[in-house]
Amino acid sequence: MKNTDMVVVGGGAAGMAASIEAACAGAEVVLIDENERPGGQLFKQIHKFFGSEVHRAGIRGIHIGRDLLKEAEEAGVQVRLNTVVYGFFPDKCLGLMCNQHTEELQAKMIILATGASENVLAFPGWTLPGVMGAGAAQTLINIHRVLPGRSVLMVGAGNVGLIVSYQLLQAGAEVVAVVEGLPTISGYGVHASKIRRAGVPIFTGHTILRAEGKESVERVVIAAVDKSWQPLAGTEKAFEVDTVCLAVGLSPLAELAWMAGCQFIYIPEIGGWVPVHDENMETSVPGIYVAGDLAGIEEASTAMEEGRLAGLAAAEALGCLSSKDGRARKAEVWERLAALRIGSFGHGRALAMEKILRAKGVG
Amino acid sequence: MRIDDHPILGKAERGRSITLTVDGSPVEAFEGEPIAVALMASGHRVFRYTTKQKGPRGVFCALGRCTDCIMIVDGQANVRTCVTPARDGMVIEKQFGRGPREEKG
Repeated sequence: MKNTDMVVVGGGAAGMAASIEAACAGAEVVLIDENERPGGQLFKQIHKFFGSEVHRAGIRGIHIGRDLLKEAEEAGVQVRLNTVVYGFFPDKCLGLMCNQHTEELQAKMIILATGASENVLAFPGWTLPGVMGAGAAQTLINIHRVLPGRSVLMVGAGNVGLIVSYQLLQAGAEVVAVVEGLPTISGYGVHASKIRRAGVPIFTGHTILRAEGKESVERVVIAAVDKSWQPLAGTEKAFEVDTVCLAVGLSPLAELAWMAGCQFIYIPEIGGWVPVHDENMETSVPGIYVAGDLAGIEEASTAMEEGRLAGLAAAEALGCLSSKDGRARKAEVWERLAALRIGSFGHGRALAMEKILRAKGVG
Repeated sequence: MRIDDHPILGKAERGRSITLTVDGSPVEAFEGEPIAVALMASGHRVFRYTTKQKGPRGVFCALGRCTDCIMIVDGQANVRTCVTPARDGMVIEKQFGRGPREEKG
């Protein structure tokens, strides 16, 4: 069985940032990703990021992704692509599958940065071809450069729903409407304004009733809902569309953390079941860290900072960083993370993170 | 339905032009792109029919997780077309149910 200092599972924003920090500190780092190329969801993010300059505000996700890849290469991170981590065995041993072969890899420290998957919404017709995740549509248009359809109904007015709606317009599709069950738009106002200016109506307090079509989506019906989420008779509206995109939240991809025996906590605001972790991103299992959406659904900016934190803390635990240097470096990241969790949108996430720390007994 | 020009991303960079055979008909594709992308670009929406209800299915997650887009590729059933790169001459068939497979006695 092969051994290494550190394995990072997941080569998205969090995993790449973690690998870079740990490798720069002198650790031997293997970064594993199941995809043909690393970068996670960053290469789909063609919009400019928010925050301050240290958070790379104003830079598009695709460019941040390219920079991180270069940094990882320069830091000497060993990147293993097309490799699935299928199992977590005792003594921090991971089961890998690559090219139809399996192998084992043991590490002193493991950082799980497996990300999240899209939630689905079930309604009559939801299995018809043409109904897909908003993230799926984003992958198709921004990575593979193909339209999923000509006319789209978007379900969900959080940031994913709003951003992907705008990107569908940029790609040349028609977005007939955005439907949001809540009485208000939960995504950023700036994203909502962009699609409204483009003439796309946002129906808050509405839901999708059904998708119709013989072999694929041809038509959708939406309706207003009352306070208990029941459709109000007589408010139905129909649209001729060939595509329905679902942007109804994300859930952490936590299988490996469950297998590792990590303690979990249920916090609906950040995606449901998340691994309990301390301010170093270390879980209840010593030497196993989490970062990014797995540690609670947030954004790429926070994912990168959490990754840096986990990478630094794990490098410190390995002895690659002195505790004095480690503390100083981590303090910088804590400060930047706190800055990302302020304001009306960040406050709820800050409270959720406090809940996690309290569960670990360090808050 | 391909996006050749994009206001942010510019011109599309694609692999060399290849041909797939889909249910007996030729489909133009670009080498290395997922099979599902070539199918969507050529207007295919139904990738398979389910075992019990015989319901049509197409691309749902485009990430290799949901397995809704599985098809028979070069005789192999249950291939996730959204994460399987297209290669010249591939033979792709719509999958009905679990596809042809040897039943173990």
